[in-house]
Amino acid sequence: MSILVDQHTRLVVQGLTGREGGFHAGQMAAYGTKIVAGVTPGRGGELGLDGTVPVFDTVREAVEKTGANTSCIFVPAAGAADAIAEAAASGIKTIFCITEGIPVHDMVGALAIVQQHGARLIGPNCPGATTPGVNGLGAKIGIIPASIHLPGDVGVVSRSGTLTYEAVQSMTDAGIGQSTCLGIGGDPIIGTTFRDALELFAADSATRALVLIGEIGGSAEEEAAAWAGEHLKHLPRVAFIAGRAAPEGRRMGHAGAIVSGASGRAIDKIAALEAAGFKVAASPTELPRLLIEAGYTKR
Amino acid sequence: MKIHEAEARELLGRAGLPVPDADVATTATGARAIAARLFATGVPQVVIKAQVLVGGRGKAGGVKLASNAIEAESTAAAILALTIKDLPVRRVLVAPASTIIREIYLAALIDRTTRGVLVMASAAGGMEIEEVAAKDPTAIVREVAHPHGGLLPFQARRLGFGIGLRGELLKQFCVIAAGLVKIARESDADLVEVNPLAVVPAPELPGGERLICLDAKVTLDDSALDRHPDLAAWRDADSEDPIDREAREQGISYIRLDGSIGCMVNGAGLAMTTLDLVTRAGGTPANFLDIGGGARADKVAAAMRIILADAGVKAILVNIFGGITRGDEVAKGLIEARAQQERTVPMVVRIVGTNAAEAAVLLREGGFETAASLDEAAEKAVALAAAGGDK
Repeated sequence: MSILVDQHTRLVVQGLTGREGGFHAGQMAAYGTKIVAGVTPGRGGELGLDGTVPVFDTVREAVEKTGANTSCIFVPAAGAADAIAEAAASGIKTIFCITEGIPVHDMVGALAIVQQHGARLIGPNCPGATTPGVNGLGAKIGIIPASIHLPGDVGVVSRSGTLTYEAVQSMTDAGIGQSTCLGIGGDPIIGTTFRDALELFAADSATRALVLIGEIGGSAEEEAAAWAGEHLKHLPRVAFIAGRAAPEGRRMGHAGAIVSGASGRAIDKIAALEAAGFKVAASPTELPRLLIEAGYTKR
Repeated sequence: MKIHEAEARELLGRAGLPVPDADVATTATGARAIAARLFATGVPQVVIKAQVLVGGRGKAGGVKLASNAIEAESTAAAILALTIKDLPVRRVLVAPASTIIREIYLAALIDRTTRGVLVMASAAGGMEIEEVAAKDPTAIVREVAHPHGGLLPFQARRLGFGIGLRGELLKQFCVIAAGLVKIARESDADLVEVNPLAVVPAPELPGGERLICLDAKVTLDDSALDRHPDLAAWRDADSEDPIDREAREQGISYIRLDGSIGCMVNGAGLAMTTLDLVTRAGGTPANFLDIGGGARADKVAAAMRIILADAGVKAILVNIFGGITRGDEVAKGLIEARAQQERTVPMVVRIVGTNAAEAAVLLREGGFETAASLDEAAEKAVALAAAGGDK
């Protein structure tokens, strides 16, 4: 088991014919993800991914002809919110948006359409998710490098990209595998929050411990901590928060990573997580040791 | 992107909202001409306001009254000679001084918790909203605008009634509140704040009072500036550091700090973590720098120029976890940069992930100091900076 992505995923890649979309679709397919369709308006009828995957003009057509149930969006920022809305309105229930730099007002409108159709959005500005497997039996959506993963039973959720790779690599090096590794994105408005992700992991029988990787800005870590303190008492849980040294009032790369006055500070997030029973690492390399200290045992 | 009060006022005015009859001057004589025009309309006093993108300009002497055109000229000259929090004052706004009966706070902003455009209003205007929130949270009323329809009339009424408005003022308030949301949506603003929204005398109206947007603050979404070339032109190039400008134009996310260790990292989260670990190892980061995903050699070289432009940099830490970014491209960029740079600073390089093996060969041939783990890289950089500081 796992969350959001597995062997039942039938993926449509919106933007398959683009440079990023094409490259990462190849990587996803090589890892075992079933890519059933691509969508690029005006390129319907072509074949993508070395002639193996049909390209459609609309997501609706892709869903009707291929039974796609999940989408991964690599569309450029100006059209990405519309691509999200199109996926939701076409019956796709799980939508990953990798695109960075989507105007935030576009996201307000797109997210409302996602909710109206009962779909789930992950991202935008996220690296995607991987459910590790061996010999092409894993599944991954997005841009996380396959090489860092090891199949296992620790759920990972993060707001960041390369920082997640760093943390996952240190787990893999220590022989600690992952059930699913999920990047939720660094924008101010995102579809799936830390708390949503923890709820998904809580319902997954294959996940026996949790790693949460947060950063300064907003209060999503605090909200997730409050929920975890009540509902995840049975799971060993560790965390890392980036931005302890960040100055106030400056946006640290991610649109959402900003300390405003006393809001969004690392020290408050760390305190909230510790109060909810998380062991909080001072460096991502400490996460494997802290997992063991929190009661996690390798199988 | 922050814009000046003068431009924020213009956005509000274009949307038909009530703003003072003001104008901008870059010279004292220009300010005098505007003041003379305003006094000719029967205004008893004018206010001259420094246009700088920092708070606290009133306390710094950047906002002053004048009772005639000659006084306006000398006051403007004094304000134009000021430097407020390192920013020279290059322009002043000259506006009629208003008789304020009461001050209201009103703002439309992107809210991450409700994931929508949040409109906040408070009868306690004039002070910072954070202050109001801390003192009396119940004094702030809120509505989340409809995601596609903007602030609906009933929502605007609820806000107005919520802060105790009735009659003519309520009607005006509803127009302004819906207008702020419309401006936010149409201009792609993260924040449109009017503080104070002032109640001023209006003998010509039933009730004898009217609302006017006396000061406004607008922040535009950087991700949407491409589709608003007219608004993007409002960028205050004068208050932007040349190095910051180069970083922005190169697509590099750079924030200068005041320490001694220059950092070059791919990814915002990892870049923040690198600063944290430098600090933890006893060092002080000179900057936050994210070269972004998929950076090529030339971008790496540009990042190195940006880091070295800071004379306080005594050592450099390069930390790359290759995913989309290829380690060998970064190594090539570092070699290229070293050949060009005028100043030599000790450097420690850590490259893992995609094409790390190829990168390792290049770095070894180039004689670079390397590190395997992030913690080790931070410790080495701190040691190098300390040694450099002793020289």
